[in-house]
Amino acid sequence: MTSSLHLWLIPLVPFAGFLVNGLLGRRLPKWLVTTVAWVATLIPFLQVLNIVLHYSSLTLPYTENVGTWITAGGFHADFAFAFDQLTLIMLLVVTGVGFLIHLYSAGYMAHEEGYWRFFAYLNLFMFFMLTLVLAENFLLMFVGWEGVGLASYLLIGFYFTRDSAAKAGIKAFVVNRIGDFGFLLAMFLLIAHFGTLSFGQIFTQVAQHPELQGGFLTAVALFLILGATGKSAQIPLYVWLPDAMEGPTPVSALIHAATMVTAGVYMVARTHLIFDRSPFALTTLAIIGAATALFAATIGLVQTDIKRVLAYSTVSQLGYMFLACGVAAYSSGIFHLLTHAFFKALLFLGAGSVIHSLSGEQDMRVMGGLRKKIPITFWTMTMAVLAICGIPPFAGFFSKDEILYQAFVSPGPVGKIVWFVGLFTAGLTAFYMFRLWYLTFFGESRAPETTHDDHGHEHAHGVHESPWIMLGPLVILAILSVIGGWVGVPEAMGGHAEITHFLAPVTQPVGEAAEGSNSQELLLAAVSVACVAIGWFLAHLMYFAKPELPAQLAAKVRGLYTLLLHKYWVDELYGALIVTPILLLSRYVLKGLLDTGVITGGGLVLGYSAQGIGSLVQRIQSGNIRSYAGWLAIGAAALLLLTYFGFGTHLSF
Amino acid sequence: MYLVLFLIFGGLCVAGALNLLLQRHPINSALSLIVVMTSLAVLYLLLGAEFLAAAQVIVYSGAIMVLFTFVIMLLNAGEEERTHGSKAAYIVGFPGAAALLGILAYIFLKQRDHLGSAKLGGYLVTTHDLSAVLFRDLLLPFEVTSVLILVAILGAVALARKER
Amino acid sequence: MVVPIAYYLVLSAILFSIGVAAFLMKRNIITIFMSIELMLNAVNLTFVAFAHRWHQVSGQIFVFFVMVVAAAEAAVGLAIIIALFRTRSTLNVDQVDLMKL
Repeated sequence: MTSSLHLWLIPLVPFAGFLVNGLLGRRLPKWLVTTVAWVATLIPFLQVLNIVLHYSSLTLPYTENVGTWITAGGFHADFAFAFDQLTLIMLLVVTGVGFLIHLYSAGYMAHEEGYWRFFAYLNLFMFFMLTLVLAENFLLMFVGWEGVGLASYLLIGFYFTRDSAAKAGIKAFVVNRIGDFGFLLAMFLLIAHFGTLSFGQIFTQVAQHPELQGGFLTAVALFLILGATGKSAQIPLYVWLPDAMEGPTPVSALIHAATMVTAGVYMVARTHLIFDRSPFALTTLAIIGAATALFAATIGLVQTDIKRVLAYSTVSQLGYMFLACGVAAYSSGIFHLLTHAFFKALLFLGAGSVIHSLSGEQDMRVMGGLRKKIPITFWTMTMAVLAICGIPPFAGFFSKDEILYQAFVSPGPVGKIVWFVGLFTAGLTAFYMFRLWYLTFFGESRAPETTHDDHGHEHAHGVHESPWIMLGPLVILAILSVIGGWVGVPEAMGGHAEITHFLAPVTQPVGEAAEGSNSQELLLAAVSVACVAIGWFLAHLMYFAKPELPAQLAAKVRGLYTLLLHKYWVDELYGALIVTPILLLSRYVLKGLLDTGVITGGGLVLGYSAQGIGSLVQRIQSGNIRSYAGWLAIGAAALLLLTYFGFGTHLSF
Repeated sequence: MYLVLFLIFGGLCVAGALNLLLQRHPINSALSLIVVMTSLAVLYLLLGAEFLAAAQVIVYSGAIMVLFTFVIMLLNAGEEERTHGSKAAYIVGFPGAAALLGILAYIFLKQRDHLGSAKLGGYLVTTHDLSAVLFRDLLLPFEVTSVLILVAILGAVALARKER
Repeated sequence: MVVPIAYYLVLSAILFSIGVAAFLMKRNIITIFMSIELMLNAVNLTFVAFAHRWHQVSGQIFVFFVMVVAAAEAAVGLAIIIALFRTRSTLNVDQVDLMKL
C-alpha cells in the first residue's frame, strides 16, 4: 500500500504563492516577489521528482480523497486527486517547464510595471493547471479547466492599458467559454447516465459494459471535443490563440505553447475509454486535428510577426496531437505533447530573447543578421527549429513520426487521408519554420537605425545578448529538445519505445491495436524526412539564396496570398455572423426593451402606483373626528353584512 | 300589560334619544339623555334585573350625567355653531348608520321566533345571585376593575389640572 | 302578557343608530361624548335582554362591568375635553383637526 503522496500540496503551494504575491506583492521588494514565485513553483517540481524517485514503490493508479465536496440527492463529488503514469508525464511537463519559464520571466519582465502582478497570475495559473492535471473527477478538472482560462485572460490582458491586449483577453475568455459549454454538457450527460463524475467509477462502469457503444457516449465524446477545441485552439475555436500573443512572451510560452493548450489533449487521453466506444467521435477528432494542422500551417506561411508564426505553429502542432488521439494512438499524442512542450516553449522564449535584444521589435521583415550578435539565442533556437521540423535525431522527429505512422496503419480509409494531410503539413511546417529562422538570423540586418521601443524597456543602443537568467532556461530546453525524443524511439529504429510502454496501462486503446511492420515504419519515416527536406530547401531558396523570390511569388498568386495573409478572414466572418447579431440583440432587445422597458419600467410603475394609492388613501386622514366616525359606521355595517350574509352562517339557536 | 309598559318606556327612550339628536344646546341634550337612562332602568326592571336598574339610576343618571352637566356648565358651552367640517360624515356616515339600523332590525325580526319572548318575572336575578357570581367566580376581574377606576381617577386629575 | 325578545333588540338597535347619527351630526364635543354613552346603553339593553332569554346571569355581570368602564371612561374623557378647551378655547369638533396629514 502506498503511503500518502500528499498530492494536494502540489497545487496548493503555487496558490499560496499567488496569495502572497497577489495580496502583498505591491509592497514587497522585487527580489522577494521573485523568490516567492520561484519557490512556489520549485517545491511542486521537487515533490514530483520525489515521487519519481519512489516510483517503484508505488501502486498505481493512486487516488487521494481530501474531502467531500458535493452530496446532493444521489450525486456525490469529492476533492479527490489521482495519480498514474499519464499524470506523471503531465506533472513533469507543467512543473518542470513552468519552473524554467518562471526563471526566464524574472529576467524578461524585470523592468515591467506590475511585476508582482505578473508572478501572482503566473502562480495562479500553475495552481489551476495542476488541479486540472491531478483531478480525479470531471468536476475538479472543470475547476482547473475554467481556472486556466481565467489565468489566461488575466495574463493576455496583462498590458491592460493597451486596447488590443484587453480585447484579446476578452476574446480568449469568451471563445474558451463556448468550449466550456461543451464540457458542461458532457458532464451533464455523464451524470444523467452514470450518476457520478468520478473517473474511476465511470471508467469502471464503461469497461464492465462492453455493449455500451455509440449513442449517448458519442454525444458525450462530441461535447468533450467541443470543449477541447476551445481550450486547445482547434477549428472552429482557435481564433483566440493568435490574438493571445498580445500578452508577454513568457505567457505565450507557458500557457499557449506548453501547458494550457495541451489540456484538451490531456483530457481526451484521460477519457479515452469513452472515445474508444465511439468511432464516429474518433473520426471527427482526427479530421478536426488534421484540418486544423493544415489550415494553421498555411496561415503561418505568410505571417510577418514572429510570435504570430509561432502561434499558428502551435495551433498546427496541437492539430497533430488531436490527429493522434483521433486514430486512438493516445500515447503518441501525449509523447508529442511532451516534446512539443520542450521545443515550442524554447521557440517562444527564444523569440522573447530576440525581441528583448531588439528592444521590442517583433516584425521579422526588419530583422536579420542576428546570428552573430546573439549567438546563444541563435543556437538554442536552431535546436528548436530542427526539433519542430522533425529532423532526426531531434525530439520532434520521433514524436511526429510516431503519429504519422499510427495514422497510416490505423484501420479504415480515414487513417491514410489524415496521414497524407499530416505529411503535407510537415513539409509546410519545415518551410515556415526555416523561413522564420532565415529571416530572423541570416542575411543583412534590415533593422532601421533608430529602434523604437514599445516594450517599455530602456536599453542602450545596439543589439545585445539577453541576461543569463533568460539564457539558462533556453539552454536547458535546447538540451531537452535534442534528447527529449529518445524516450520514444520505436523498435523499428532500434529503440524500445519506452514512453509507449510506460503509458500503456493508461492509454492502451480498447479494441484492436493497429499493426504495421518495421519496414513500413522506416519507409514512412524516410518519406516524411524527405518532405521536410523539400520544405527546408524551398525556404532556403526563397529567404536566403534569392530573397527577391517571395515578393515575385506573392505577386503571381495575389489572391491566394491575400487570403492567407488575412487568415482566411475567419475573424471577420465570425464577427459578422455571430458577434454582431448578438451585440445587436443585446443592445437593442435585451437592454432597450427588456432592461429599460420591462424591468425598470415595472419598478417605476410599482413606485408610482404606490405613491398614487398612498395619496388617495391619505385623504382619509383628515383630522376630523366626524369623518372618522362616518367611516367607522359604514365599516361596521359592512362587517355586519359580511358576518350575517357572507360566511354562510345563519344564526340559529 | 307588559307589552304596554314596554311600549311606553321604549317610546320614552326613543323620544329622549331623538331629542338628544335634535336639540341645539348641549344642556338640553344632557337632560334628554337622563330621561333615556331612567327609562332604560325601568326596562331593566321589566327584564328582571333589579340590581342593574338601581345601578343604572345611581351610577349613570346620578353620577355620570351629573358629571356631564358639571362640565357643560364649567365650560359654558353655548349653542352649537353650524360648521361643516367634513363631507365624509354625511356622505358615508348616514348611509352607514341607516344600513346598521336596517340590517340589525332585519336580522332581529327575522329571528323573532328563535329568540323567544320575555315574561314578566320570568327570570329574576336577585342581588344575592349577582353578588354570588361576582365575588366568587369573578373576584379577580372585580378587583382589577377597582384598579381601573383608580387609574381613571389619577388620569382625570392629571389631565384636568390647571397648568402652572 | 309577553314581549318578544326581538322587540327589545330592535329597540336597542334603534337607540344605537340614533347614537351613531348623533355622533355624526353634532358638532359639540360634549354632545358627541353623550351619544357615545347612548350607544353604550343600547348595548347594555341587549345584554340584559339576552341574559333574560337564556337565564344566565353572566349577561348582567357584563352590564355591570360595562357600567364601571363607562364611568371611568367618562371621567377621563371629560378631563381630556377640559384640557382641550383650555388650549383651543373651542368645543367645536371641526376646529380640532390638527392631526391631519
